Amino acid sequence: MAKLVPFVFAGLFALFSSLAFAAIDTYQFKEPDKQARFQKLTNELRCPKCQNQNLADSNAEIASDLRAKIHTMLEENKSDDAIIAYMLERYGEFVLYQPRLSKQTLLLWTAPAVLLLLGLLVIVLIVRFRKKTALPLTTEAPLNPEQQQKLAAFLNNAQGTPR
Amino acid sequence: MSRWLLFIPLILFIVLGVFLYRGLSIDPTELPSALLNKPFPEFKLSDLKQPDKLLTKADFVGKPVLVNVWATWCPSCREEHQQLLQMAHEHKIALIGLNYKDERSLAQQWLLQLGDPYQFVIYDDKGMLGLDLGVYGAPETYLIDAKGIIRYRHVGVITAQDWQKLQGMLHG
Repeated sequence: MAKLVPFVFAGLFALFSSLAFAAIDTYQFKEPDKQARFQKLTNELRCPKCQNQNLADSNAEIASDLRAKIHTMLEENKSDDAIIAYMLERYGEFVLYQPRLSKQTLLLWTAPAVLLLLGLLVIVLIVRFRKKTALPLTTEAPLNPEQQQKLAAFLNNAQGTPR
Repeated sequence: MSRWLLFIPLILFIVLGVFLYRGLSIDPTELPSALLNKPFPEFKLSDLKQPDKLLTKADFVGKPVLVNVWATWCPSCREEHQQLLQMAHEHKIALIGLNYKDERSLAQQWLLQLGDPYQFVIYDDKGMLGLDLGVYGAPETYLIDAKGIIRYRHVGVITAQDWQKLQGMLHG
Protein backbone atom coordinates (compact mmCIF):
# COMPACT_ATOMS: atom_id res chain seq x y z
CA MET A 1 0.00 0.00 0.00
CA ALA A 2 2.82 2.38 0.91
CA LYS A 3 4.36 1.63 -2.48
CA LEU A 4 1.45 3.43 -4.13
CA VAL A 5 2.12 6.72 -2.34
CA PRO A 6 4.75 8.00 -4.78
CA PHE A 7 2.42 7.19 -7.66
CA VAL A 8 -0.44 9.04 -6.03
CA PHE A 9 1.82 12.02 -5.52
CA ALA A 10 3.00 11.89 -9.10
CA GLY A 11 -0.57 11.71 -10.31
CA LEU A 12 -1.68 14.67 -8.21
CA PHE A 13 1.36 16.65 -9.25
CA ALA A 14 0.68 16.02 -12.92
CA LEU A 15 -2.93 16.95 -12.45
CA PHE A 16 -2.32 20.21 -10.63
CA SER A 17 0.79 21.36 -12.46
CA SER A 18 -1.25 22.13 -15.56
CA LEU A 19 -3.40 24.52 -13.52
CA ALA A 20 -0.33 26.54 -12.57
CA PHE A 21 -0.07 27.81 -16.12
CA ALA A 22 -3.63 29.04 -16.52
CA ALA A 23 -4.16 32.80 -16.63
CA ILE A 24 -6.26 34.45 -13.95
CA ASP A 25 -9.33 35.55 -15.90
CA THR A 26 -11.75 33.00 -17.31
CA TYR A 27 -14.21 33.54 -20.09
CA GLN A 28 -17.55 31.86 -20.52
CA PHE A 29 -19.10 31.16 -23.88
CA LYS A 30 -22.59 30.00 -24.63
CA GLU A 31 -21.47 27.81 -27.49
CA PRO A 32 -18.87 25.10 -26.66
CA ASP A 33 -17.13 25.41 -30.02
CA LYS A 34 -16.39 29.04 -29.26
CA GLN A 35 -14.64 27.94 -26.08
CA ALA A 36 -12.47 25.61 -28.12
CA ARG A 37 -11.72 28.34 -30.65
CA PHE A 38 -10.87 30.75 -27.85
CA GLN A 39 -8.40 28.25 -26.42
CA LYS A 40 -6.86 27.62 -29.81
CA LEU A 41 -6.52 31.30 -30.66
CA THR A 42 -5.07 32.32 -27.31
CA ASN A 43 -2.60 29.46 -27.51
CA GLU A 44 -1.44 30.35 -30.99
CA LEU A 45 -1.13 34.09 -30.60
CA ARG A 46 1.91 35.51 -28.92
CA CYS A 47 1.70 38.21 -26.28
CA PRO A 48 3.30 41.29 -27.90
CA LYS A 49 4.99 42.44 -24.75
CA CYS A 50 6.30 39.20 -23.27
CA GLN A 51 9.07 37.30 -24.92
CA ASN A 52 7.61 34.03 -26.05
CA GLN A 53 4.53 33.64 -23.92
CA ASN A 54 1.24 33.07 -25.62
CA LEU A 55 -1.91 35.02 -24.81
CA ALA A 56 -3.32 32.11 -22.80
CA ASP A 57 -0.45 31.97 -20.30
CA SER A 58 0.61 35.57 -20.03
CA ASN A 59 -0.37 37.79 -17.11
CA ALA A 60 0.69 40.99 -18.87
CA GLU A 61 -1.98 43.63 -19.12
CA ILE A 62 -1.86 43.74 -22.90
CA ALA A 63 -2.42 39.98 -22.98
CA SER A 64 -5.43 40.37 -20.74
CA ASP A 65 -6.78 43.13 -23.01
CA LEU A 66 -6.26 41.00 -26.09
CA ARG A 67 -8.00 38.03 -24.49
CA ALA A 68 -10.96 40.29 -23.77
CA LYS A 69 -10.90 41.51 -27.37
CA ILE A 70 -10.85 37.95 -28.71
CA HIS A 71 -13.75 37.07 -26.43
CA THR A 72 -15.70 40.06 -27.74
CA MET A 73 -14.92 39.24 -31.35
CA LEU A 74 -15.97 35.61 -30.90
CA GLU A 75 -19.24 36.71 -29.34
CA GLU A 76 -19.71 38.94 -32.40
CA ASN A 77 -19.39 35.78 -34.49
CA LYS A 78 -16.20 36.86 -36.22
CA SER A 79 -14.22 34.11 -37.91
CA ASP A 80 -10.83 32.89 -36.69
CA ASP A 81 -9.23 34.39 -39.78
CA ALA A 82 -10.81 37.77 -39.09
CA ILE A 83 -9.52 37.72 -35.51
CA ILE A 84 -6.00 36.77 -36.57
CA ALA A 85 -6.05 39.43 -39.29
CA TYR A 86 -7.09 42.00 -36.68
CA MET A 87 -4.09 41.09 -34.51
CA LEU A 88 -1.69 41.00 -37.43
CA GLU A 89 -2.80 44.41 -38.64
CA ARG A 90 -1.93 45.97 -35.32
CA TYR A 91 0.96 43.94 -33.99
CA GLY A 92 2.60 42.47 -37.05
CA GLU A 93 3.90 39.00 -37.81
CA PHE A 94 5.56 38.77 -34.41
CA VAL A 95 2.22 37.94 -32.86
CA LEU A 96 1.91 34.62 -34.69
CA TYR A 97 3.60 31.67 -33.07
CA GLN A 98 3.83 29.83 -36.33
CA PRO A 99 5.37 32.17 -38.86
CA ARG A 100 3.53 32.25 -42.14
CA LEU A 101 5.22 30.93 -45.24
CA SER A 102 6.45 33.96 -47.13
CA LYS A 103 9.62 35.15 -48.84
CA GLN A 104 11.14 36.27 -45.57
CA THR A 105 10.27 33.13 -43.65
CA LEU A 106 11.16 30.70 -46.45
CA LEU A 107 14.70 30.41 -45.14
CA LEU A 108 13.41 29.81 -41.62
CA TRP A 109 11.13 26.99 -42.73
CA THR A 110 13.51 25.23 -45.11
CA ALA A 111 16.80 25.71 -43.23
CA PRO A 112 16.47 22.62 -40.94
CA ALA A 113 15.74 20.27 -43.83
CA VAL A 114 18.46 21.82 -45.97
CA LEU A 115 21.03 21.59 -43.17
CA LEU A 116 20.09 17.97 -42.52
CA LEU A 117 20.59 17.11 -46.18
CA LEU A 118 23.91 18.94 -46.22
CA GLY A 119 25.00 17.00 -43.15
CA LEU A 120 24.08 13.69 -44.73
CA LEU A 121 25.87 14.68 -47.92
CA VAL A 122 29.01 15.49 -45.96
CA ILE A 123 28.90 12.11 -44.21
CA VAL A 124 28.44 10.26 -47.50
CA LEU A 125 31.32 12.15 -49.07
CA ILE A 126 33.62 11.47 -46.12
CA VAL A 127 32.88 7.74 -46.14
CA ARG A 128 33.49 7.50 -49.88
CA PHE A 129 36.66 9.53 -49.69
CA ARG A 130 37.97 7.41 -46.83
CA LYS A 131 37.48 4.12 -48.74
CA LYS A 132 39.60 5.31 -51.65
CA THR A 133 42.55 6.44 -49.62
CA ALA A 134 42.42 3.57 -47.09
CA LEU A 135 45.89 2.22 -46.31
CA PRO A 136 46.52 -1.53 -46.67
CA LEU A 137 47.25 -3.40 -43.43
CA THR A 138 50.85 -4.08 -44.40
CA THR A 139 53.14 -2.05 -46.59
CA GLU A 140 55.43 -4.85 -47.43
CA ALA A 141 54.97 -7.91 -49.64
CA PRO A 142 53.57 -11.06 -47.98
CA LEU A 143 56.04 -13.79 -46.90
CA ASN A 144 57.30 -16.38 -49.43
CA PRO A 145 56.89 -20.18 -48.62
CA GLU A 146 60.44 -20.50 -47.16
CA GLN A 147 59.90 -17.59 -44.80
CA GLN A 148 56.47 -18.97 -43.82
CA GLN A 149 58.09 -22.28 -42.77
CA LYS A 150 60.63 -20.46 -40.62
CA LEU A 151 57.85 -18.48 -39.01
CA ALA A 152 55.89 -21.67 -38.29
CA ALA A 153 58.98 -23.21 -36.69
CA PHE A 154 59.47 -20.17 -34.45
CA LEU A 155 55.87 -20.21 -33.37
CA ASN A 156 55.98 -23.92 -32.53
CA ASN A 157 59.06 -23.42 -30.38
CA ALA A 158 57.58 -20.36 -28.72
CA GLN A 159 54.49 -22.24 -27.59
CA GLY A 160 56.53 -24.55 -25.40
CA THR A 161 58.23 -21.83 -23.32
CA PRO A 162 56.65 -20.82 -20.03
CA ARG A 163 55.62 -17.18 -19.50
CA MET B 1 43.00 22.02 -52.56
CA SER B 2 41.82 19.88 -49.63
CA ARG B 3 43.90 22.02 -47.26
CA TRP B 4 41.62 25.04 -47.90
CA LEU B 5 38.56 22.92 -47.16
CA LEU B 6 39.79 22.60 -43.60
CA PHE B 7 39.19 26.32 -43.16
CA ILE B 8 35.47 25.99 -43.82
CA PRO B 9 34.50 25.33 -40.16
CA LEU B 10 36.54 28.35 -39.09
CA ILE B 11 34.91 30.55 -41.70
CA LEU B 12 31.46 29.32 -40.66
CA PHE B 13 32.31 30.03 -37.05
CA ILE B 14 33.41 33.57 -37.86
CA VAL B 15 30.26 34.24 -39.91
CA LEU B 16 28.09 32.89 -37.09
CA GLY B 17 30.07 34.94 -34.61
CA VAL B 18 29.42 38.12 -36.56
CA PHE B 19 25.68 37.49 -36.61
CA LEU B 20 25.56 36.63 -32.93
CA TYR B 21 27.61 39.68 -32.01
CA ARG B 22 25.20 41.88 -33.90
CA GLY B 23 22.40 40.10 -32.12
CA LEU B 24 23.76 41.25 -28.78
CA SER B 25 22.92 44.85 -29.55
CA ILE B 26 19.42 44.19 -30.89
CA ASP B 27 16.66 44.68 -28.34
CA PRO B 28 14.23 41.78 -28.73
CA THR B 29 11.46 43.66 -26.97
CA GLU B 30 11.36 46.41 -29.56
CA LEU B 31 8.76 45.70 -32.18
CA PRO B 32 8.51 47.80 -35.31
CA SER B 33 5.05 49.21 -35.77
CA ALA B 34 2.82 47.00 -37.89
CA LEU B 35 1.11 50.21 -38.95
CA LEU B 36 4.23 51.82 -40.41
CA ASN B 37 3.23 53.99 -43.36
CA LYS B 38 -0.42 53.34 -42.67
CA PRO B 39 -2.88 55.96 -41.48
CA PHE B 40 -3.32 56.67 -37.81
CA PRO B 41 -6.46 54.84 -36.64
CA GLU B 42 -9.77 56.67 -36.31
CA PHE B 43 -11.00 57.32 -32.81
CA LYS B 44 -13.52 59.32 -30.82
CA LEU B 45 -12.35 59.85 -27.26
CA SER B 46 -12.68 62.59 -24.71
CA ASP B 47 -10.09 65.21 -23.95
CA LEU B 48 -8.33 64.51 -20.65
CA LYS B 49 -8.90 68.00 -19.25
CA GLN B 50 -12.33 68.59 -20.80
CA PRO B 51 -14.42 65.42 -20.36
CA ASP B 52 -17.27 66.82 -22.47
CA LYS B 53 -15.08 67.57 -25.46
CA LEU B 54 -14.69 64.71 -27.96
CA LEU B 55 -11.47 64.46 -29.91
CA THR B 56 -10.94 62.78 -33.25
CA LYS B 57 -8.10 62.32 -35.70
CA ALA B 58 -9.10 65.54 -37.45
CA ASP B 59 -7.94 67.47 -34.39
CA PHE B 60 -4.27 66.94 -35.16
CA VAL B 61 -3.98 65.98 -38.83
CA GLY B 62 -2.60 68.80 -40.95
CA LYS B 63 0.88 69.11 -39.56
CA PRO B 64 3.44 66.58 -38.30
CA VAL B 65 2.92 65.63 -34.65
CA LEU B 66 4.38 63.31 -32.04
CA VAL B 67 1.80 61.19 -30.28
CA ASN B 68 3.18 60.20 -26.90
CA VAL B 69 1.58 57.27 -25.07
CA TRP B 70 1.88 57.71 -21.31
CA ALA B 71 0.24 56.84 -17.99
CA THR B 72 0.68 57.64 -14.31
CA TRP B 73 1.30 53.96 -13.53
CA CYS B 74 4.33 53.94 -15.79
CA PRO B 75 7.57 54.92 -13.98
CA SER B 76 9.53 55.36 -17.20
CA CYS B 77 7.01 57.98 -18.30
CA ARG B 78 8.00 60.10 -15.34
CA GLU B 79 11.63 59.70 -16.40
CA GLU B 80 10.78 60.80 -19.91
CA HIS B 81 8.68 63.77 -18.86
CA GLN B 82 11.56 66.20 -18.45
CA GLN B 83 12.73 65.48 -21.99
CA LEU B 84 9.18 66.00 -23.29
CA LEU B 85 8.93 69.36 -21.55
CA GLN B 86 12.22 70.35 -23.16
CA MET B 87 10.97 69.24 -26.58
CA ALA B 88 7.73 71.20 -26.16
CA HIS B 89 9.77 74.24 -25.19
CA GLU B 90 11.72 74.09 -28.44
CA HIS B 91 8.48 74.40 -30.43
CA LYS B 92 9.74 72.28 -33.29
CA ILE B 93 6.82 69.84 -33.35
CA ALA B 94 3.52 69.57 -31.47
CA LEU B 95 3.17 66.90 -28.82
CA ILE B 96 -0.14 65.12 -28.45
CA GLY B 97 -0.62 63.02 -25.35
CA LEU B 98 -2.38 59.66 -25.31
CA ASN B 99 -3.24 58.80 -21.74
CA TYR B 100 -3.37 55.03 -21.86
CA LYS B 101 -5.50 52.97 -19.45
CA ASP B 102 -5.27 55.50 -16.71
CA GLU B 103 -7.52 57.36 -14.29
CA ARG B 104 -8.58 60.82 -15.36
CA SER B 105 -8.08 62.54 -12.00
CA LEU B 106 -4.68 60.95 -11.45
CA ALA B 107 -3.53 61.94 -14.93
CA GLN B 108 -4.74 65.52 -14.52
CA GLN B 109 -2.98 65.75 -11.17
CA TRP B 110 0.21 64.41 -12.69
CA LEU B 111 0.27 67.08 -15.39
CA LEU B 112 -0.45 69.82 -12.86
CA GLN B 113 2.45 68.67 -10.71
CA LEU B 114 5.01 67.88 -13.38
CA GLY B 115 4.08 70.27 -16.16
CA ASP B 116 2.13 69.79 -19.38
CA PRO B 117 4.11 69.47 -22.63
CA TYR B 118 1.06 68.44 -24.66
CA GLN B 119 -1.09 70.49 -26.99
CA PHE B 120 -3.91 68.29 -25.75
CA VAL B 121 -4.26 64.82 -24.24
CA ILE B 122 -6.52 62.05 -25.52
CA TYR B 123 -8.06 60.10 -22.67
CA ASP B 124 -7.98 56.42 -23.66
CA ASP B 125 -9.00 54.79 -20.39
CA LYS B 126 -10.08 51.49 -21.96
CA GLY B 127 -7.05 51.33 -24.19
CA MET B 128 -9.12 50.93 -27.35
CA LEU B 129 -7.11 53.42 -29.38
CA GLY B 130 -3.99 51.83 -27.96
CA LEU B 131 -5.16 48.47 -29.23
CA ASP B 132 -5.84 49.86 -32.68
CA LEU B 133 -2.43 51.48 -32.70
CA GLY B 134 -0.60 48.32 -31.65
CA VAL B 135 0.51 49.75 -28.32
CA TYR B 136 1.76 47.11 -25.90
CA GLY B 137 3.15 49.25 -23.12
CA ALA B 138 4.16 52.73 -22.09
CA PRO B 139 5.93 54.94 -22.94
CA GLU B 140 5.72 54.81 -26.71
CA THR B 141 5.96 57.69 -29.16
CA TYR B 142 4.66 57.81 -32.71
CA LEU B 143 5.77 60.24 -35.37
CA ILE B 144 2.75 61.15 -37.52
CA ASP B 145 3.18 63.18 -40.69
CA ALA B 146 0.95 66.01 -41.91
CA LYS B 147 -1.32 63.58 -43.76
CA GLY B 148 -1.90 61.48 -40.63
CA ILE B 149 0.34 58.59 -41.70
CA ILE B 150 2.41 56.80 -39.05
CA ARG B 151 6.05 57.21 -39.95
CA TYR B 152 7.95 55.90 -36.95
CA ARG B 153 7.33 54.25 -33.64
CA HIS B 154 9.67 54.65 -30.71
CA VAL B 155 9.30 52.18 -27.88
CA GLY B 156 10.50 53.27 -24.48
CA VAL B 157 11.82 56.47 -22.97
CA ILE B 158 12.79 59.27 -25.35
CA THR B 159 16.30 60.45 -24.59
CA ALA B 160 18.08 63.51 -25.92
CA GLN B 161 19.71 61.32 -28.59
CA ASP B 162 16.30 59.96 -29.62
CA TRP B 163 15.08 63.53 -29.94
CA GLN B 164 18.02 64.31 -32.22
CA LYS B 165 17.14 61.30 -34.34
CA LEU B 166 13.50 62.36 -34.50
CA GLN B 167 14.47 65.85 -35.55
CA GLY B 168 16.53 64.32 -38.35
CA MET B 169 13.41 62.49 -39.52
CA LEU B 170 11.37 65.67 -39.48
CA HIS B 171 13.59 67.17 -42.12
CA GLY B 172 13.36 64.04 -44.24
